Amino acid sequence: MNFRSTVLSVALFATPVAAAQAQEPPYFVTYSHIMEEPGNLEIASQNVGAAPKNANPFYAQTLEVEYGVTAWYTAEVYLQGQSTLHDSTVFTGFRFENRFRPLRSEHRINPVLYVEYEDHNQADKSFLEITDHAVITDQQVANALLRASVERAVEGKLILSSNFNGFNLSENIIAEKNLTNEPWEFGYAVGAGRSLASAASAKDCRFCREYFAVGGELFGGLGTRYDFGFKGTSIYAGPTLAYNSPRNYTVTVGPEFGLNANSAAVLWRLKVAYEFSQVRDLFRRTR
Amino acid sequence: MRRLAAVAMLGVSVCLLLGAADGSWLRRVPDADRARLNPLPDKAAAAEAGAHVYAAECARCHGDQAQGRGNRPPLKSDRVAHATDGELAWLLKNGNSWKGMPSWSSMPDARRWQVVAYLRSMNPPVAPRRDPSQGEQK
Repeated sequence: MNFRSTVLSVALFATPVAAAQAQEPPYFVTYSHIMEEPGNLEIASQNVGAAPKNANPFYAQTLEVEYGVTAWYTAEVYLQGQSTLHDSTVFTGFRFENRFRPLRSEHRINPVLYVEYEDHNQADKSFLEITDHAVITDQQVANALLRASVERAVEGKLILSSNFNGFNLSENIIAEKNLTNEPWEFGYAVGAGRSLASAASAKDCRFCREYFAVGGELFGGLGTRYDFGFKGTSIYAGPTLAYNSPRNYTVTVGPEFGLNANSAAVLWRLKVAYEFSQVRDLFRRTR
Repeated sequence: MRRLAAVAMLGVSVCLLLGAADGSWLRRVPDADRARLNPLPDKAAAAEAGAHVYAAECARCHGDQAQGRGNRPPLKSDRVAHATDGELAWLLKNGNSWKGMPSWSSMPDARRWQVVAYLRSMNPPVAPRRDPSQGEQK
């Protein structure tokens, strides 16, 4: 293992935190209209592991740094890497993400506009979304070959999200355009979740039901502009469980099961997040 | 480069201006929401639970003692005392995103009403203003 691999491995395995907002629904892939609170900085580590048939087992980690610029604008940076058994550990790329909430009041369906620039190579195994005809057999190729192919793309998402009776239901429609001359690629994600308790407890507890949320999500690819549809794409679905600690950290776990032959049997996911409150106050003058 | 810096400064200024709380949200509350009463039967227990929710979710911006912080307003205030329970619940649900207050719509209804009960315990109610647009604007 060379020096770069060692450094990346340490960064991947030792990075302790990844955050989800205290009120954020328990999703890995799906976005809701809940934005990062203004002034808060969230650092999150999203981990995914799988042992696909006919391909080497892999582990991928995404480090997320999210900041609430205003109550209607959240910015985020992702750094990604992966390690494949019997192969190598590689840094796979980065993403800059922006989410805008155009309507200032709560509606039955709340839209959020998402714009992202991504620069990653084909060795990316983060499964943050699925577009095009991405299938699990793509992972059979060695990292050395995959990382040579770099993709720079702009991705847009239309996020539609609703809250009712403590439930959240979110739908994401994804459109991605490689900046080289390639067609538009599409994907989708749907999630639903709920806190285990409607009311808060008057007791000073750390593991009350109100701190737990359960949910589920479904996501997959929709092909390209010229070949749109579910055919030849992968689909995953699974339950999620989140613990929103009153001490600002969140742990979300869940398996996601492949629903067709183009998918891995199971993606095991773990997300750990920590939220630093009101970071902007550090840069304010005392009044 | 200078033009870019000017645009960035303008953006930051707009964001800061938008962050100033001025109570104008009161004008947007529908009458039906304004008239709503806290449905939780035991207000003292609700306020006690609401204090925990406040400490976890609200104190980071509005202060541990609801004294306000920076341009985020105090919640022990004349404005909160004059607001109806329904107005406070509406604000928690909808937020006032252009002024910096996030929506807490993902929080279940009961939990939001607990926060309202806690705010009310800190601000005993006074007669609500008939026309919020003519009220005191801090």
